[in-house]
Amino acid sequence: MTARMTMASNRPRGTYNYAYLDEQTKRMIRRAILKAVAIPGYQAPFGSREMPVPYGWGTGGIQVTASIIGPDDVYKCIDQGADDTTNAVSIRRFFARVADVVTTEKTRDATIIQTRHRIPEAMLQPGQIMVYQVPLPEPLRHLEHRETETRAMHAYEEYGLKYLALYESVAAYGRIAGGADYPVLVDERYLMSPSPIPKFDNPKLHQSEALHLFGAGREKRIYAIPPYTDVRSLDFEDYPFDVQCWDEVCALCASAESYKDEVILDDAGNRMFVCSDSDYCADRRQAGHAGPMAGHALDQGGKPEPLA
Amino acid sequence: MNMIAPVTVDERLLEVCGLDKSFGPITACKGVSFQLRRGEILGIVGESGSGKTTLLRCISGQLQPSSGAVMFNSRRHGFGDVFGLSEQDRRRVSREEWGYVHQNPRDGLRMRASGGANVAEPLMMNGIRHYGEMRQRTLDWFARVELDTTRIDGRPRTFSGGMQQRLQIARNLIHNPSLVFMDEPTGGLDVSVQARLLDLMRMLVRDLGLAAIIVTHDIGVARLLADRLLVMKDGEVVEQGLTDQVLDDPQHGYTQLLVSSVLQI
Amino acid sequence: MTAPYAIIVKGLAKTFTLHNQGGAVVPVFANISLSVSAGECVVLSGASGVGKSTLLRAIYGNYLPSAGSVAIHHDGHHVDISQAPPHVTLAIRRRSMGYVSQFLRVIPRIATVALVMAPLLENGVDAAEARARAETMLATLNLPQRLWDLPPATFSGGEQQRVNIARVLVRDYPVLLLDEPTASLDAANRDTVIQLLNAARDRGTAMVGIFHDAAVRSAVATRLFEISRYAKAA
Repeated sequence: MTARMTMASNRPRGTYNYAYLDEQTKRMIRRAILKAVAIPGYQAPFGSREMPVPYGWGTGGIQVTASIIGPDDVYKCIDQGADDTTNAVSIRRFFARVADVVTTEKTRDATIIQTRHRIPEAMLQPGQIMVYQVPLPEPLRHLEHRETETRAMHAYEEYGLKYLALYESVAAYGRIAGGADYPVLVDERYLMSPSPIPKFDNPKLHQSEALHLFGAGREKRIYAIPPYTDVRSLDFEDYPFDVQCWDEVCALCASAESYKDEVILDDAGNRMFVCSDSDYCADRRQAGHAGPMAGHALDQGGKPEPLA
Repeated sequence: MNMIAPVTVDERLLEVCGLDKSFGPITACKGVSFQLRRGEILGIVGESGSGKTTLLRCISGQLQPSSGAVMFNSRRHGFGDVFGLSEQDRRRVSREEWGYVHQNPRDGLRMRASGGANVAEPLMMNGIRHYGEMRQRTLDWFARVELDTTRIDGRPRTFSGGMQQRLQIARNLIHNPSLVFMDEPTGGLDVSVQARLLDLMRMLVRDLGLAAIIVTHDIGVARLLADRLLVMKDGEVVEQGLTDQVLDDPQHGYTQLLVSSVLQI
Repeated sequence: MTAPYAIIVKGLAKTFTLHNQGGAVVPVFANISLSVSAGECVVLSGASGVGKSTLLRAIYGNYLPSAGSVAIHHDGHHVDISQAPPHVTLAIRRRSMGYVSQFLRVIPRIATVALVMAPLLENGVDAAEARARAETMLATLNLPQRLWDLPPATFSGGEQQRVNIARVLVRDYPVLLLDEPTASLDAANRDTVIQLLNAARDRGTAMVGIFHDAAVRSAVATRLFEISRYAKAA
């Protein structure tokens, strides 16, 4: 399947500046990004702007992308791993229009990959940039409501409180139960929320060859993990970090390694597990891999919309 | 005659020198000086407004004095002024070597975390990363403060006031501090609960050889727990000495008034 | 070579000033000097109110003298208890000087046997031995076993007094101060206590006591010390 490449839209940009934001705003955000890259895991405040979607819909990630994107970039946008969900489509079309940029669904062809809640399965290459949409950048917020205190905790490296949350989890469930937004320590210094990606994806951050930028629009924070940075998920010595795994393989492409979504098929309780990363699944199917439900009525050039 | 030379242990734990604290024109503490040795329990008595809580907050590093020094014999930094340390170091000393028991347990506990998490937190803050070890030590401490171990995962708001205070005490002792500050630790509890809590505190402090500074307006609490007393009025120390001597033979007029005000039933 | 004095009182004076009663001044005594050696039992005598208990309390460090000094022989040298820092006074009381007060004043809610064991435990005696010695002492003083695990607050006056005695005599103090230790006791128990005190005295304890009962006094005293001539009028 060829990459879907869109040319600059026929509709002109109109009176909007390149990539929607004015140049001064882009400079301000780039300064925040530089600061974030210089201090891996540290939450740099920035002046979050009004965007054409409300807070809670990805404004942080959109502003980061808008500040770094240029006409030579190739842009991919995914939501829960898929390129064809409503929000991913909407944001991709937005940048195609305001940044005159080529878009793609192929992870390996993209220079900027904006994401909500997943990291693609394909290993990221040097020169690629991941942009994450972050709802709550402060990993300690749930336990410590005061911003003055959480800032002090980061400044003084006082992270025992996060271990408190892990303790509660083990006490309640017998294991560290969090499946997503699993806290990490960046460069053995800053405690960071990796955004609500599943913990399955946490290891991909460690010593990655790509640059990872995190934007929280409502909370007005930007943070970053530069390439080749140590990223360690928190755990206890006797309850070490582990990732999700499935007994099933992908119903469509038979992958045993990917992160899978569960899709309910009918009222009789039939379900299938398919790769969350639609591009990865499509590549495998194109290469000839076939899963137990290959050729299913739902396998029509795209993946069914996952529930929730 | 014993010919073996005794090991010189520096028994000085805390030394407060000429501590003043003002809030604008209001003088809360004036010229307070005293020493505290390892294992000694000092009571600070006085009525509300005497400056005793402000004094406690200054010597526990929470409030910067207007002048004077608070010298503490830290395991990590040696003997030096607590306010000469960076804020990060001071916070760490407070975490590793001190406890602070508030009058209202809600001020000293995380109400949204479980009882066990509250007691284990100092261990986590001080770098322990083994869940099993923390769990065991927490259970031990629940037993020591006479809390029902089956309630270890319950939230503090389901505990009574006396139980919450026991939880706060466990949380402040589990990490082996050398010095514990207590601000009216039994205030607000009813009499029988207070009595049992005082018994517990007395036993723990003796068993652990802790030094403690206890602020109280209750002479009975002071007599029961403290080796020495500091009597404060209007921000100044008007009398200090051995507890039974200060209470049985008060020299200063204010101390005499305080003592005579206690109902002898 | 004579042994050092256990207690040296020099030029001791005591006056109370009641600041809240218009600064009323209540003098008690002045210029008392008294030295007590090991093996002596000095009985303070004088009319009621003359200052006998006051002198005893001043020796114990419970009252602050208005003038003069009180030296106690402790750890090989003399310590002026009226000037000593609190931790030294507490150490003297823990190791060198016991005080049987007139009324029982103990930490509430602690069992009698635990109260009697406490001075031993504080001095490093192991728990099993401490308990055995405490129980022996309580039995000697005819306190029934059923009372041993009860706190003494509800005991009769005589029982409380015997608890008071037990928790001091259970240990060998070089110095003993006694304020009316037999006042509430019947004849049999009084005799038991007299025997215990004399045994302590014979072991070399230096004792200062107040006994209003003439018979007890003559059984234990090695000499009398008359306070009245030091008493001060207002």
